Amino acid sequence: MSLSATLGNEGYPRTAGLHTAVVAQEFLFLMVESHWKSSQNGHGVKMESVNKAQDELQRIEQQIGKLKSQPALAGPESGQQQAVQQQVKELQERVSALRRHIDSQLDAWQRTELARHPQRPYLLDYIERIFTDWSEIHGDRSFADDASIICGMARFHGEDVLVLGHQKARDTKQKVYRNFGMPNPEGYRKALRAMQFANKFGRPIFTFVDTPGAYPGIGAEERGQGEAIARNLLEMSRLRVPIITTITGEGGSGGALAIAIADRVLMMENSVYSVISPEGCASIMWRDPSKRDVAAQAMRITAKDLVEMNCVDGVVQEPEGGAHRDHEAATALLSTALLAHLAELKALPLEQMLEQRYQKFRTIGQFFRVEG
Amino acid sequence: MAWFKRDSGDVDPSGEKKIRTEGLWVKCEQCRQVIWKKDIEENFHCCPKCEKHFRIDARTRLAQLLDDGAYETDDDNLVSIDPLKFVDLKPYASRLTAARRDTGLNDAIINARGKLNGRPVIVSAMEYSFIGGSMGAVVGEMIARAVERATDTRTPLIIVSASGGARMMEGVISLMQLAKISAVLARMDDAKVPYISILTDPTTGGVTASFAMLGDLNIAEPGALIGFAGPRVIEQTIRQKLPPGFQRAEFLLEHGMLDAVVHRKEIKPYIARALDFMVKAA
Ligand SMILES: [Zn+2]
Repeated sequence: MSLSATLGNEGYPRTAGLHTAVVAQEFLFLMVESHWKSSQNGHGVKMESVNKAQDELQRIEQQIGKLKSQPALAGPESGQQQAVQQQVKELQERVSALRRHIDSQLDAWQRTELARHPQRPYLLDYIERIFTDWSEIHGDRSFADDASIICGMARFHGEDVLVLGHQKARDTKQKVYRNFGMPNPEGYRKALRAMQFANKFGRPIFTFVDTPGAYPGIGAEERGQGEAIARNLLEMSRLRVPIITTITGEGGSGGALAIAIADRVLMMENSVYSVISPEGCASIMWRDPSKRDVAAQAMRITAKDLVEMNCVDGVVQEPEGGAHRDHEAATALLSTALLAHLAELKALPLEQMLEQRYQKFRTIGQFFRVEG
Repeated sequence: MAWFKRDSGDVDPSGEKKIRTEGLWVKCEQCRQVIWKKDIEENFHCCPKCEKHFRIDARTRLAQLLDDGAYETDDDNLVSIDPLKFVDLKPYASRLTAARRDTGLNDAIINARGKLNGRPVIVSAMEYSFIGGSMGAVVGEMIARAVERATDTRTPLIIVSASGGARMMEGVISLMQLAKISAVLARMDDAKVPYISILTDPTTGGVTASFAMLGDLNIAEPGALIGFAGPRVIEQTIRQKLPPGFQRAEFLLEHGMLDAVVHRKEIKPYIARALDFMVKAA
């Protein structure tokens, strides 16, 4: 049912027409809801059903949004108007509740698919919306400028900060240019150089993680991929400025950790963080790459898992259905979280902040027992 | 009747397959010569013909490095709790049980204190035959404790790596050990306490991406496989054959990634020399 069908001859909708339109959306909602329920067969849900339901719910939300802005719902209120307004409000709440419910049903593999979604915001999308006065700095001063990691000066609510992270891309040419977000050693060395630059001038550092992993290539090994990552881990642990890391998409093992030693490590709701990709784990441990969903579940790679294991400091909520559905909303939620965390860190005396960072990593992942 | 009898009951601590004749002869997989086993043992477990360095277990390593083969151990009461209750084709818990039984160790490392040419040192030696020397929460904690002990007592630290990397069955917890160890190493670096990293065959993955590459000196044994990514992963990614000698110790030396490649029998004198340089006489 389209909106125009509810418009009166005068070119603007009558309240009665609006009522019909709301009922129509309500009907669509019930259809989606019943479809969704029947798609759950006790063995979890298929990603197709999730996407389909979320697409339809998003469409209904948009229609409701349009209805709300109709002039017939503004202006002097009649009893009928109030009733329609109430109806719209209730429907909106039901749609949003179902979307949240669907989100909560996603398993670890489905989260991985969301974390890798090609329409998910990438670092430049965040930079554009969260920061101002972006000025990129290139190169590791030693070998090359690795485009899979970008670094730059920026301002966050007026304050000078360093921003860096993995950059993925959407079209083939750009993907190749960004090496699919998989850095070579020079990428990590560029990041470290930039961080030491920020450290020297006392500027806070924001890092953003979204990588399948460090690049496994001949040149990478020749130039010391292991050493580059190791060096970053050590040096980041003792930088004397606030560091806030956000895992925005894929947190791929050492390639992610190499820019993720921070006072606060946050994970976006649909991001994942793991020691190896689910596919890699499945082919090694199950000798069958198609067991990736089982491997994803077994490794506990979701934001919720990592918070429970005390391996990250918090989760940043995403708009319903995931960040890829609404870049503006996702960015706003992230920006608010970053502002709050930065304020907390700046309120701490420096030595206390550094001691807390040290203690956090010293006691991270302590899962063992002492015998005898 | 075959000339060579496969001695399957005897667990070879190196994890390598060897054909044995009454347990006295070994065929070297590099030069294909059949060699009297005792000659190999006397040559620091290297082939007397071609100097191929066979893998040795952590106890043999400690005996080679420390004066009179004598040392005391620390932290050997730490045991994994299988934090993820991980089950692949086999439960991780039963892999742990088997590894503990076969090696007599609780995890893939020994923390030792002893003397090296009369000088007190702390040595952490990894055990490759314990689930591929992989690093989970126990290995991470034990290395962190060794680093702290070295820092607090201002005793030089030597870590001997032999590891396939992070232990997948502990998921991201194993990845976090890299962060933990690197943080304690930063403090040891600030305190200017010497740390020598010895990379042996094989040292890959998360171990290469953390403490193995963070020594004041990083030295390796000849022929050791050392890398971040495994050769098979690289081949699959770039879809081409890897050059001969790729990711071997000599390759890393050539590319400037190691301070030295040192024959096993020269490692102890090398370390003694290096510690003279790094530690000023009181
Ligand atoms: Zn030989």
